Amino acid sequence: MRRSMLFLPGNAPKMIINGNYLGSDAVIFDLEDAVAPDQKDAARLLVRNVLQDIEFDRVETIVRINSIDTPYWMADINAILPQKPDIIMLPKTSCAADVQTVDAYLSQEEAKLGMQNNTVLLMPLIETALGVENAFQIASASDRVTALFLGAEDLTADLRCKRTKEGREIDYARSRMVVAARAAGVEVYDTPFTDVNDDEGIVTDAAYAKSLGFTGKASISPRHIEAINTVFSPTKAEIAYAYEVLEAIALAKEQGKGAIALRGKMIDAPIVNRAKQTIAAAEALGIRKEDL
Amino acid sequence: MAEIIKMATAGTDEKSDVVVTVEPCENGLQLQIKSVVMNQFGPAIEASVRKVLEDLGVKNAIVTVADRGALDCVLRARVETAILRGMEG
Amino acid sequence: MRDKKLVASIRDAIISAGLKDGMTISFHHHMRNGDYVLNMVMDEIAAMGFKDLTLNATALFDIHMPLIDHIKNGVVTTLMTNYMSAGLGKQICAGVMENPVQFRTHGTRPDDIIHGRTPIDIAFVAAPQSDDMGNCTGKYGKSACGSFGYAIVDAQYAKKTVVITDELVEYPMVGFTVPEVYVDYVVVVDAIGDPNGIVSGTTRITRDPVGLVMAQTAAKVVEHSGLLVDGFSFQTGAGGATLAGAKYLKDIMLAKGIKGSYVMGGITKYLVEMLQAGCFKTILDGQTFDLDSIDSLRNDPRHQEVSLYHYAGPNAPSCIVNSLDTIFAGATEVDVDFNVNVHTDSNGIIMGGSGGHSDICAGAKMAVIITPMFRNRLPMIRDRVTTITTPGKDIDVLVTQGGVAVNPKNVELKARLQAAGLPIVDIHELQAKAERMTGKPQPIRHGDKVVAEVIYRDGSIIDRIYNTL
Repeated sequence: MRRSMLFLPGNAPKMIINGNYLGSDAVIFDLEDAVAPDQKDAARLLVRNVLQDIEFDRVETIVRINSIDTPYWMADINAILPQKPDIIMLPKTSCAADVQTVDAYLSQEEAKLGMQNNTVLLMPLIETALGVENAFQIASASDRVTALFLGAEDLTADLRCKRTKEGREIDYARSRMVVAARAAGVEVYDTPFTDVNDDEGIVTDAAYAKSLGFTGKASISPRHIEAINTVFSPTKAEIAYAYEVLEAIALAKEQGKGAIALRGKMIDAPIVNRAKQTIAAAEALGIRKEDL
Repeated sequence: MAEIIKMATAGTDEKSDVVVTVEPCENGLQLQIKSVVMNQFGPAIEASVRKVLEDLGVKNAIVTVADRGALDCVLRARVETAILRGMEG
Repeated sequence: MRDKKLVASIRDAIISAGLKDGMTISFHHHMRNGDYVLNMVMDEIAAMGFKDLTLNATALFDIHMPLIDHIKNGVVTTLMTNYMSAGLGKQICAGVMENPVQFRTHGTRPDDIIHGRTPIDIAFVAAPQSDDMGNCTGKYGKSACGSFGYAIVDAQYAKKTVVITDELVEYPMVGFTVPEVYVDYVVVVDAIGDPNGIVSGTTRITRDPVGLVMAQTAAKVVEHSGLLVDGFSFQTGAGGATLAGAKYLKDIMLAKGIKGSYVMGGITKYLVEMLQAGCFKTILDGQTFDLDSIDSLRNDPRHQEVSLYHYAGPNAPSCIVNSLDTIFAGATEVDVDFNVNVHTDSNGIIMGGSGGHSDICAGAKMAVIITPMFRNRLPMIRDRVTTITTPGKDIDVLVTQGGVAVNPKNVELKARLQAAGLPIVDIHELQAKAERMTGKPQPIRHGDKVVAEVIYRDGSIIDRIYNTL
């Protein structure tokens, strides 16, 4: 279950050594924007060693490498891949070819290391206008792609609009991203809410992203993680309803009925699927039926 | 054999980090270690620094370590970064 | 005819009070690291040639470094305190004193004074506001410190009490804490302290993400402990993660509509906000930390001043800590038997003291210690703490970022917290987890001279601190 992803600056030991304990479902070790060009070498080795030595048993590990238009990305992969992070995040992904380039290199290096193909997954970061337009192709470019991630800061710069707290300027990109990801059968993550001191704004922003269909949301501050986790967890009422749906279906099957209704509403396949997803999420969070 | 051809530094003076400096030298390894956890981890720090130097084949260098409580994995990364930087022309 | 208590100088007060070699003098630390009074008095006493004095202070800070010279010169030969900051601690650990320092707790010190075990000959009371008969308080004045909790017992029980003030007001002062009946002499000086060192303008909650995660967990521990019901009473420290814990607890209390009874501790604006939000009926204040809290103490009758004997006197007929449900406190080290050290750092050098640590942990139904698994490279869970401040029997729960360890004596509590989904881990496992990151530290060597004794609430010496090598 991945609801929250926390960015940690790749050259800051104090932050990254505690990455396992900051409450997020995933941590993103950032070798890109959080690291100055003259410290890329240092951050790369630091993140490599931290992944090697430190237990990350409560989080998924994601490494944001540098984009393929920089001289750093291959060296990043060479250092990081042997430590088997769960996911490599590829910034500034603008077309399927970007994904394929990195995918091919990862496959080649995985083979050299004797690792199974696709051991490490890919999460393209869509943060250009072209990337938004190509989102579906990007999401379908390789089996390695596990999710799309929308980055609104760079995107709004590319769109030449102002990034606002309300975020109406990224409405189209957000919806497009969700549609593309779901069409390709992958997960989809929302851009960070950047006002780290606004404890209410994060709840509103995360709830809005959830309402659009996002799986979860990234954060640049540990202080926002709890809010994100709460918003993207199924509520007790949702879980209880999901159990009711499945019980109604089971009963209908037993009685040989085709269509059935629950609380005056027809239960069809999408509702059943949704109920199953909700229960799977609840189980992943350790919420049992008897806790409801 | 790897040769240090210029002075180079890696790391920061933040807590939980360490600043490692390497300098060229002709007669073997000279280590100078300062650490806030010297009493608890002095020998462990020296052993780690020597191991990285050995793994990278550095036989001659002056290495200065100013440690503010870095974990071993952080220390090794900083030593390696300083060495690689010191080997570049 | 009016009595005449006002004397011209500290020297005159010392003479009038009849100081002699070998006597015991006392000071309180409401001026904290901004205090001028202890140094002024001690410099005068030294200049007058007195020797072999016992100095009994509620706490000593690095502003009191000149004390080291008075120790070296034989002016002070016995030192009693509840807390000592690192600069002084280093000197004491270097062995500048013949007699070991006697560390007590905030509750034990007034208890020993009142019950005659450590009588005081002359108490010097730094007072932010006083009249010429010695009615005085910490609530008002340019050097206001808020509660006068530490000063009350000394003023009342010393054979002679000297009030030293930098703000003399017309008799009778309005809103005094210590009444004139306990005061023998009053001295006016230019300044009793540096306001910047006395209280902070604002107290801030930690921004350290690990601290916040631990604070959140600690609040959840309270939520699911079974103790968070109407009438709940609570104390928290003002430092690091413990204060942040109070903030998260406030959110939970408001969400659940819990109406607590009282809150205490070093009082900060966060606790004042809890009072104002209806989380508690009253604040019991022995020590005030920021300007907002001083305002509250002056203006809100629900915010009450209490003496440290009332707070935690072990032999008092009753004391406040014994009615506490839960406390949050920190630790510089914890060990696998749940013993806590807040006296010495990991090199064995004095840098603190119990203060009220042992008192609240002994009194509360559930004592929660919040400390990270490691600080920089030092693991915080040890085989044995360098110095025992508070024994493991008084500790119930340890909260770290890596999980929550419950003292094995609390079988039911452990089951409750486990059922609530809190990450319960055996303390040995937490220790191993931390050491996998840091490595196992080498043991610290120390000398065989005892430089300090740690006196527990029952009067026994619970541990000794040795000189450093």
